[in-house]
Amino acid sequence: MKNIWPILIVDDEEVMCESMAAWLREDGYRVDTAPNGRMALELAAATDYAIYFVDLKMPGGMDGIETMMEIRKLRSDSSIIIMTAYATVDTAIQAMKEGAQEYIVKPCNPQEISLLVSRILKVKKLQRENAILRKKLTRTYRHRDVITKNSAMEEILTLANDVASLRSTVLIRGESGTGKELVARAIHYSGDRAAKPFVTVSCAALTETLLESELFGYEKGAFTGANGQTRGKFELANSGTILLDEIGDISPKLQADLLRVLQERCFYRVGGNQEVKVDARVIAATNRDLAEEVRQGRFRDDLYYRLNVIEIRIPPLRERREDVPLLTTHFVEKLAHELGKEVSAISEDALKLLMDHDWPGNVRELENAIERALVTCKGRQLNESDFAWLGRGAAARQPFDMPGDISLADLERRAIIATLERTHGNVREAAASLGVDRSTLYEKLKRYEIPR
Amino acid sequence: VNELYLLAVGEVDEHALRWAEAAAAEWFPFPVRRLPPLATPEGSYDEVRRQYRSVEIMKAVARNVPSGAARLLAVTEHDLSIPLLTFLFGQAQLDGMIALVSVCRLRQEFYGFPPDPELLRERLTKELLHELGHTFGLTHCSRTECSMSLSTHVEAVDLKSAGWCATCGAHLARRFTSLKGLTA
Repeated sequence: MKNIWPILIVDDEEVMCESMAAWLREDGYRVDTAPNGRMALELAAATDYAIYFVDLKMPGGMDGIETMMEIRKLRSDSSIIIMTAYATVDTAIQAMKEGAQEYIVKPCNPQEISLLVSRILKVKKLQRENAILRKKLTRTYRHRDVITKNSAMEEILTLANDVASLRSTVLIRGESGTGKELVARAIHYSGDRAAKPFVTVSCAALTETLLESELFGYEKGAFTGANGQTRGKFELANSGTILLDEIGDISPKLQADLLRVLQERCFYRVGGNQEVKVDARVIAATNRDLAEEVRQGRFRDDLYYRLNVIEIRIPPLRERREDVPLLTTHFVEKLAHELGKEVSAISEDALKLLMDHDWPGNVRELENAIERALVTCKGRQLNESDFAWLGRGAAARQPFDMPGDISLADLERRAIIATLERTHGNVREAAASLGVDRSTLYEKLKRYEIPR
Repeated sequence: VNELYLLAVGEVDEHALRWAEAAAAEWFPFPVRRLPPLATPEGSYDEVRRQYRSVEIMKAVARNVPSGAARLLAVTEHDLSIPLLTFLFGQAQLDGMIALVSVCRLRQEFYGFPPDPELLRERLTKELLHELGHTFGLTHCSRTECSMSLSTHVEAVDLKSAGWCATCGAHLARRFTSLKGLTA
């Protein structure tokens, strides 16, 4: 549909305006004409034209260049083509300097005009498509997509919105599965950096050296296999936001490096001696109590204070049980569609069961539970029986034969090893079974030195 | 009433007129009637460009449309142009009454080749289908084989076929029916 791209022709010669308009209309475009700059501005104020053809020499005050400059004030992203019958290099240079997209000499070959118009519109179409997609992406992570009616959560969202356009570092605390990354994305996509990259790094999943090259990149020859210079996540997040997930797990050396980035806004690539400047907003997330880690001497206090400029604590799902029905409805709708199941409701008994459950894995666990129930559900409604395994799981834990002399840490270690054996070393499966996310499990594997 | 008129502007080769007459009768559901030729309008010749101003010729043709005409197809040997473009194969009033086709650049002689009457006949048919198509509201078609595709050089005219694609054809069929219904 070419008629969605209106074109304005500005020329004092009526025959020029009308013949050109007729030719473009035959091509399917909606075309308006204006005999002078003043009229052109009136029309441009009312309609956002895709292309302006403006004659360079027009009597009565405003010439083509002046008209173009005034149109640009109204429509900064307009495509303006200057036309002239008296071509000189000087006028062409002036027109282009003042912002003309093209400069054509009358008369020109029909093919030239046809290609020029389609080329400009192709770019316009891509720009429009890009804008729509960006809008869609931003909408995906807007605050309203964080589903809640809990007053503490609403306060968090207001705070997230208030800090969205600041550069200040944000520390998000919350148990696994509470939606720390979702809040981080909401902050990024609501602020000035929305159009720039959002880069996530899971600090728990990598060893110190791997994490170092992941964050800062490396130079060719920095280590065996470093065949070329590689940019790190900080560089990739330049002008945008970097989310450092599970920040509490990073080594003392990386804590020092990170402190330098936060203070100086620059770093060295691994094996490099050239300083790299970076402007990335840092959002850190953790499920640990960092203040306690500082007290225990495991986390640098100066880094903690740098990160903790704005602190957001996301409450666990058991502290906002009123959100369970809302989240359940949302996940049933979303997942039933994705799984191709015709389930659209949940019974009161089933909902009560979900409300009473403690959800140690929080919203992620609730989502997984609903997905599992939907997969096995035979009817059009989720019933209590579809979540029977939730109860069984709890019941099964009840008669657990507790060893006499065992520390909590050892108990956790043994539970992890047993689960990994059962899942044949599949970390993802083990994490799901234990009700924690993968990065938490990785962190625990590292802490307990459990081989994989 | 409800006839498609054919009008020669200036001196036009009789063969070309007969081919245009036959093609119009074959492709449009109206009786074709030839009007007395129209002298080249005064002031239509551009001495600087040594071409004819299409807009002036269209204006003169518009003054000669018989009442009750379905459409008027003007054919000329003159090389047509408008201020913006170096040449035109033809021009039409979009959803209007008049179509104008120039034979000049359809001839092989224009490009320094020997005459080729059959090729000229084909090109003329395609261009009159194109310009008359505009008068029935059709804009350029993206299918290169359709007569309504835009031709900015003669090779593009040769690439398309003498006929409309299914979409353009369906549009025209509806317009023909409504036009006939209105005048029945």
